[in-house]
Amino acid sequence: MPFPNLLKALTALALSMLMTGCVTQQPYDYSAFKESSPASILVLPPINKSPDVKASYSVYSHITLPLSEAGYYVLPVAVVDETFKQNGLMNADEIREVSPQKLHEIFAADTVLYIDITEYGSSYMIISSEVAVAATATLVDLRSGKELWKGVARASTAEQQQNSGGGLAGILITALVNQVVNTLSDRGHEIAGIASNRLLSSNPVNGILPGPRARPTTPR
Amino acid sequence: MNLTRPTFFLAALMAAATLSGCVSQPQPLYYWDGYQQQVYQRFENTSSAEEQIAALEESLQKARAADRALPPGFHAHLGMLYAEIGKADQVQQQFETEKTLFPESAQYMDFLMRKFAK
Repeated sequence: MPFPNLLKALTALALSMLMTGCVTQQPYDYSAFKESSPASILVLPPINKSPDVKASYSVYSHITLPLSEAGYYVLPVAVVDETFKQNGLMNADEIREVSPQKLHEIFAADTVLYIDITEYGSSYMIISSEVAVAATATLVDLRSGKELWKGVARASTAEQQQNSGGGLAGILITALVNQVVNTLSDRGHEIAGIASNRLLSSNPVNGILPGPRARPTTPR
Repeated sequence: MNLTRPTFFLAALMAAATLSGCVSQPQPLYYWDGYQQQVYQRFENTSSAEEQIAALEESLQKARAADRALPPGFHAHLGMLYAEIGKADQVQQQFETEKTLFPESAQYMDFLMRKFAK
């Protein structure tokens, strides 16, 4: 056999690559989250890193649903926004600067959720009708200052029929994508809804944990 | 044979029970209706406070009729809108309702009542 050492090396390399591919994702470490056991979430206006100015309020208007259905009290986003405005804080970047102590003093929520929108709309596409929304979220305990959870999600009109997530939620989301009416003006907003639901619904793999108001799940 | 009919019936009943068990999903905790759309309209300023109030009051009635709970923040949002059109008594009522339904909101509602009560 020619090049026996090379063949051995390549085989070893291939095997090691296969092995790392087989290693499953580390389950999320929920210890800080469980210790915190929060009941309420203050969501700040999302910081927009996309070129579309509508992104922040679009996502902001969607987040109450998944977080509330997950079992948390979510402070009313429009009222929170108004409180910041009345204190001279007009944009999301300024609001992000407010100290956790100050936030806790005014809003008295157990946690704060910071959202960054990394994609919104179709501005990155050259020849495409794809509309995508992507965001990251970080949940921080306002009492201890500890980070409890971090998440990321993306939704796009280019998604295939296959269910990307798990179970019933994934099927519902896929159905929603298929039913979306192609109204160009509001497509970003509709996709933002899907992205927000993916980002902030509770799921046992890497999503937020169910909150105190969640319906207890009865095992079958 | 005498065995086939009751056996068939039992099998059909079991199948129905199994199928209905698979298809059923839990109802959402809250009655969402158009609430989040109204929130977005407020942010985008695409309708007036009065129009938004009318839409939310209609949701409120529908929720009551269906015996469903309104989402966290719904009443506080409505209270804020009432404050913007100068209906002070409605403001108080909405913030107090929010506080009663969601005690987690108490401190923030007290803060708002102090600010909005002018």
